[in-house]
Amino acid sequence: MKKFEKLTSRVVPLPIENIDTDQIIPARFLKATTREGFGDNLFRDWRFDSNNQPKADFVLNDPKYSGEILVAGKNFGCGSSREHAAWAIQDYGFKVVVSSFFADIFKGNALNNGVLPITVSEEFLEKIFAQVFANPEAQFEVDLEAQTITILATGESFEFEINPYKKSCLLNGYDDIDFILSHKKEIENFEQTRPFSFYR
Amino acid sequence: MGKTLVEKIWDAHVVKREEGFPDILYIDTHLIHEVTSPQAFDGLRKRGIPVFRPKQTIATADHNVPTLNQHLPIREELSRYQVDMLTKNTKEFGIELYGLGHPFQGIVHVIGPELGITLPGKTIVCGDSHTSTHGAFGAIAFGIGTSQVEQVFATQCLLQSKPKTMKIEVNGELKKGVGAKDIILYIISKITAAGGTGYFVEYAGSAIRSLSMEGRMTVCNMSIEMGARGGLIAPDETTFEYIKGREFAPKGEKWDEALAYWKTLYSDEDAQFDKVLTFDAADIEPMITYGTNPGMGIGVTQSIPPTSEQPESEQPSYKKALEYMGFTDGESLLGKKVDYVFIGSCTNSRLEDLRQVATFVKGKRKADDVEVWVVPGSKQVEAQARAEGIDKIFEEAGFQLREPGCSACLGMNEDKIPAGKYCISTSNRNFEGRQGPNARTMLASPLTAAAAAITGKVVDVREYI
Repeated sequence: MKKFEKLTSRVVPLPIENIDTDQIIPARFLKATTREGFGDNLFRDWRFDSNNQPKADFVLNDPKYSGEILVAGKNFGCGSSREHAAWAIQDYGFKVVVSSFFADIFKGNALNNGVLPITVSEEFLEKIFAQVFANPEAQFEVDLEAQTITILATGESFEFEINPYKKSCLLNGYDDIDFILSHKKEIENFEQTRPFSFYR
Repeated sequence: MGKTLVEKIWDAHVVKREEGFPDILYIDTHLIHEVTSPQAFDGLRKRGIPVFRPKQTIATADHNVPTLNQHLPIREELSRYQVDMLTKNTKEFGIELYGLGHPFQGIVHVIGPELGITLPGKTIVCGDSHTSTHGAFGAIAFGIGTSQVEQVFATQCLLQSKPKTMKIEVNGELKKGVGAKDIILYIISKITAAGGTGYFVEYAGSAIRSLSMEGRMTVCNMSIEMGARGGLIAPDETTFEYIKGREFAPKGEKWDEALAYWKTLYSDEDAQFDKVLTFDAADIEPMITYGTNPGMGIGVTQSIPPTSEQPESEQPSYKKALEYMGFTDGESLLGKKVDYVFIGSCTNSRLEDLRQVATFVKGKRKADDVEVWVVPGSKQVEAQARAEGIDKIFEEAGFQLREPGCSACLGMNEDKIPAGKYCISTSNRNFEGRQGPNARTMLASPLTAAAAAITGKVVDVREYI
């Protein structure tokens, strides 16, 4: 996994609640057996019509907006556990997703792929939307070390929470498997001392 | 202070707990399927490591398989490649596969319980969010992403923070025509599609206790639809009765040892839940969804809540959902024309569901312009349905009994609902495009779906039984 560096970027606003992973990447695109290329079908059915033509009114097709930060309404990533949703977001070029609320599995999947999910208050989310709709060129700064996201034009900042372990994984580019593998002895010991023979 | 059931099982599986880190949680059983596993196997190859405990992983092909002519090679190239890849990977890494053609093949959340692999007190994971189904047996069961599938392959463990706990009690007696599916759709409609996020839910109360194991699985299955990673029910005689004698269930002395332990699996009376919700079974009527998330559900006789009653910030999304569905504020769904009926999925494809539908439709015929697909949850369900003559009842009713798989629940194979068409579905998700691009899904119970198949429209099933 790549190290997560401090980021200054414009944002792509998607002010819709309950965006489920079927919207992020529809099931019919889950047939690939590698992790690459899912970005082409990110938000497929919102982005393209049934003739595969871009829908002009969808934000990813709107030249006004671009950036490495996706900002969405609450309960982002609900539904299926498909990690393909996180892969699609990353493959498209997003490094950060901001919402006022994330579904658990998506949040974990994003973190495991070096994409930072930032949970902000409803109020701060509204501020971000207001800022970007007023000025699509507005710049935002994400500082993982300091755990802040800042609207650079106004200097308003939000301090977000992140599990300290996951934070260090992102900052250093480590993954969970490296960590657990370093505890293999303890796992074997656990197996040998467990009383429940009927589970084996 | 006493412990909740979740805490008891969780704590019994913690390999290591360290301040500032998630727990290292031991996983008893890992279920895998063709869609979310290939990249995890690739990861092992890249690291040059084996599957740590291959005997604790069971594989099946379900998401991407055709439900007609399963004896023939899969026609769609990408699907065939993905299913072949599972065969190749499981062989290479020494994992048992119940693939196409195997008598144990079926939807991963149907076969685990029916084979006696799903047991009380276990930790069970799968790269599928409906893994919560297995919680019906008093297990900690939850869905994981592919990176975590790789973690479990590599270490038989997961790094996981202990969840908060919520108790949802449903007390009293269910009314006629109301079942497990209606209970869970009702709960989600009350607490919203995000109301359970961050929690593991324990379902309790007399209405939950009265359910069969199949019904309990339906309830736990949809825990994820309120955002809860898992949902479980303390095991009791109904649970033990269901498990006893199944293929891989403990036998002899091991059974006695298991039973003694399983009887300790309940939340202590003084256990503290982070949240407790209570519902009255008598308030629940047959449910149906009208929107594009499972929280958008109503009793079938009620009307669609107006946009103006929604929180202001959510009104645009709410309006978008109604537009997608072709419905309007305040409208009743009764009498709405239905084009497709899908009876299947890990929510409602078990023998009990098929029996219930068969009892209802026996001697009746489907409405002319409705297409009805019944997709059994497993080869064993299919075989038993045929043995009981359920296939004949369906044939006479004009229902298609297909072969097992996830099918039109997610439309990964060719079982898709066409754009703009209405489908009453016994599955778990009514998301935009879930059953096919621009398909319109109304979630309901098997009984409500059966009544729609016969009448060709949304009806109150209570008037037909």
